[in-house]
Amino acid sequence: MEVKDTSHAVHDVAHGHDDHDHEHHQTFLTKYIFTTDHKMISKQFLLVAVLMAFLAMGMSMLFRLQLAWPDQTFPFLESVIGKWGKDGKLDPGFYLALVTIHGTIMVFMVLTGGLSGTFSNLLIPLQVGARDMASGFLNMLSFWFFFASSTVMFASLFIEAGPASGGWTVYPPLSALPQAIPGSGLGMTMWLVSMVLFIVSALLGGINYVATVINLRTKGMSMTRLPLTVWAFMITAILGILSFPVLVAAALLLVFDRSMGTSFYLSDIFIGGVPLDHTGGSPILYQHLFWFLGHPEVYIVLLPALGLASEVISTMSRKPIFGYKAMIASMLVIAFLSFIVWGHHMFITGMNPFLGSVFVFTTLLVAIPSAVKVFNYIATVWKANIVMTPAMLFAIGLVSFFITGGLTGIILGDSALDINLHDTYFVVAHFHIVMGSSAIFGMFAGVYHWFPRMYGRMMNKTLGYVHFWLTIICVYGVFFPMHFIGLAGVPRRYYANTAYEGFDQLININELISVFAIIAGVAQLIFAVNFFYSMFKGKIAPQNPWKSNTLEWTAPVEHLHGNWPGAIPEVHRWPYDYSKPGAKEDYIPQTVPYSATPESNRPGDF
Amino acid sequence: MNLLMIIAALLGILVVIRLMNVSQLASVLSGDDEEEEQKRHNTMNGIGMMLFMVLGLGLMIYMTFKYQPFMLPKSASVHGVQTDFLLNINFAVIGIVFFITQIALFYFVYKYQHDKKRFALFYPENHKLELIWTVVPTIVLSALIVTGLREWNKMTQSHPKDGMVVQVYGMQFNWMARYSGADNQLGRSFYKLITDDNPLGIDFSDPAAKDDIITKAAEMHLPKGVPILFQFNSRDVIHSAYFPHFRTQMNCVPGMNTSFYMEPTITTAEMRSITKNDKFDYVLLCNKICGVAHYMMKMTVKVDDPAEFKTWLQGEKPAMPASAGSKVAANAEGSVSETAKI
Repeated sequence: MEVKDTSHAVHDVAHGHDDHDHEHHQTFLTKYIFTTDHKMISKQFLLVAVLMAFLAMGMSMLFRLQLAWPDQTFPFLESVIGKWGKDGKLDPGFYLALVTIHGTIMVFMVLTGGLSGTFSNLLIPLQVGARDMASGFLNMLSFWFFFASSTVMFASLFIEAGPASGGWTVYPPLSALPQAIPGSGLGMTMWLVSMVLFIVSALLGGINYVATVINLRTKGMSMTRLPLTVWAFMITAILGILSFPVLVAAALLLVFDRSMGTSFYLSDIFIGGVPLDHTGGSPILYQHLFWFLGHPEVYIVLLPALGLASEVISTMSRKPIFGYKAMIASMLVIAFLSFIVWGHHMFITGMNPFLGSVFVFTTLLVAIPSAVKVFNYIATVWKANIVMTPAMLFAIGLVSFFITGGLTGIILGDSALDINLHDTYFVVAHFHIVMGSSAIFGMFAGVYHWFPRMYGRMMNKTLGYVHFWLTIICVYGVFFPMHFIGLAGVPRRYYANTAYEGFDQLININELISVFAIIAGVAQLIFAVNFFYSMFKGKIAPQNPWKSNTLEWTAPVEHLHGNWPGAIPEVHRWPYDYSKPGAKEDYIPQTVPYSATPESNRPGDF
Repeated sequence: MNLLMIIAALLGILVVIRLMNVSQLASVLSGDDEEEEQKRHNTMNGIGMMLFMVLGLGLMIYMTFKYQPFMLPKSASVHGVQTDFLLNINFAVIGIVFFITQIALFYFVYKYQHDKKRFALFYPENHKLELIWTVVPTIVLSALIVTGLREWNKMTQSHPKDGMVVQVYGMQFNWMARYSGADNQLGRSFYKLITDDNPLGIDFSDPAAKDDIITKAAEMHLPKGVPILFQFNSRDVIHSAYFPHFRTQMNCVPGMNTSFYMEPTITTAEMRSITKNDKFDYVLLCNKICGVAHYMMKMTVKVDDPAEFKTWLQGEKPAMPASAGSKVAANAEGSVSETAKI
């Protein structure tokens, strides 16, 4: 440890000189576009993610209109989506495209790129006490690959045959055969290109995050003094590094099948009146490869959100996070288990029932570390001293969603019950609550909490509260009733529920859901206004607005390339010394040495 | 129309910005310092938390009862009765956990609002507590795993030998069913044999194929009280054969055989009187996205008494077209040589 710390000091000094040289000749291009500063890159990620999120949310509203009022026509559709909304009716093929692209953008561009990209970039160097990421250049590439990926995905909306429309999981043969669905032509090719670019971005980012956490911690910042955010980001990055390459393999084989006549996933297919020559492949192989990424992906989305929530809840509760080590351990266990549960997405693919049993076992094990995390959050707010900032409210909302959605996971993880509920709206409800809403609430908590750190200004609190309450009410309003639709046996990805008379009576529930969805969408505009307005006109942020312990609040408000003007601060304690008995104030920043706080030191501190 | 929408959006944004200014101004005018203002926010949001919790939980309970009539009627299969029971046990367990944790979460947030005169309790860990809430969920989950797996093993492994073999065949965007006939064996099939006359690509050189019967219309019948071994196939993309009323589904994968056992226990007529709905019918739905008309891919399922079922089956058409005779041999040759090549 000692050796490493000295090498840091040397490195810092050298780096410090470098910075001086840069500072003078920064152009618009190097400052805002091809920047290697982690703070600016984080803002770039956030901006793209916010725009993509609005796009994907807009899509969801279009298909919610269709689901609630299948007999109505909406003349404005024709002006928004052109031929896909002819005469005010949503085209059934484009409905599937909307569902597909909504899912893809939300899962990858918003909740992976947006969440990890924004907050790992912003917080890892600032919270571990580093001048920047291990490689600023790779970091810049990471953003630009992400940008290219988002652009390709966006562009695919405008092509003649429409974007990919085989569901966000793009199972072959549907995704491999343009004869099967129009979206599997050029649209699918662009989807695959976009995804490969995205994975390159995720890998470049992930390697950087891990390298930074391991190598560039400041003096005194041992692993057990890292804020939980950094732990979460690091574990997330490791998950990504291990699982994303498998998705590349899956995508590549799909490209071969689509364009080069191979038969990795295709066999015995008769379509469009002719038998195809493909033989010997297995569509199920794709699903194994996809979900080997796909399940860890759930935690790639969720863990950063949980990390942000841990930090926000502890800070705003003015109380140390309960069970710091248990929190780390449970994240590690969740991360490990996430690699051996992918089969629960495939219970009904004809998988050997015994293999299914094994996946049931591993899947339900995930509930244990998850339960520990929830109990620890609840123990943290118990006898706390809570300041209800918008960030805190969103963090509480996250915990509430994590409980609600996590619990229904116990049902879906049970193969005997899953064979009835698989691919119904019950599943849609489950993952939108536990992964979608939890993660997006984590992201909101992060934005409200660290906005002052990003832009040097405060967001408006009142609008934050309005945004929170409308959003949490609407999210529950949208996704809770969906459980009932699922229990009534309605399959997901249905353009209309006209196939079966038994579903007719559910139309009222669908209307209710759509009304909530539209209100939720409008509520996000409040956030957008607050976000962009505060960026330029918000109140100037004080140095440490939330009286937080972590290092990022010791850096000056105005941004410097290199983060701290002088030497990097040294760390003397863990980040959660809130409300320590005997202390003068209810927080003791990590930079304060024990020698300065004799009144509050405890026997275990040294 | 477009212009109107844009104007409306702009107006909305202006209103929000106004609101923002007003709220900022108000806090300046009232002369509150930030702490006072935050205190007010804490109180408001604390009350909000309690209201949200009470109303939210209340509405959830209300919905659960209100939507009960829309849920699937009681299971019409042997294993479905068991899994429904299991589902209810699961709901009971997660319901209890749900209420305890949500109430604790929202109540604590409400109760422990900020007071600058006091400190929060410095309580970073308690190993005993942590051990308890690791071990208790482990025990509960073990119980759920064991009960779930017992059911799963029963439904997937305890197959009676005398099950009736039925093939369910998916294609964009239709279902077909093939009954195995007197020998209770499905004849071989191969996708390159598919023609208009032979939509399932059955190889008629296989003796087992001679007595196979396929459905005429999008309606299949099943005998009550007879265990059925379903075999699933698809000719083009992955479909999923979902029988919601029998609590089961299985994917139909091109190039692969998948299967499950199921025993219907309630005839359509009986279910009509149970649901008090004269038009009630069981249904087979496609539950894996399979193309543009995915949402229309369905088949009506009727469960009859065994005698009625027999009569119905005789009315369906033999899989082997009458004209097949000479063509069959040639086709079969082709299929054999194809297979050999592979």
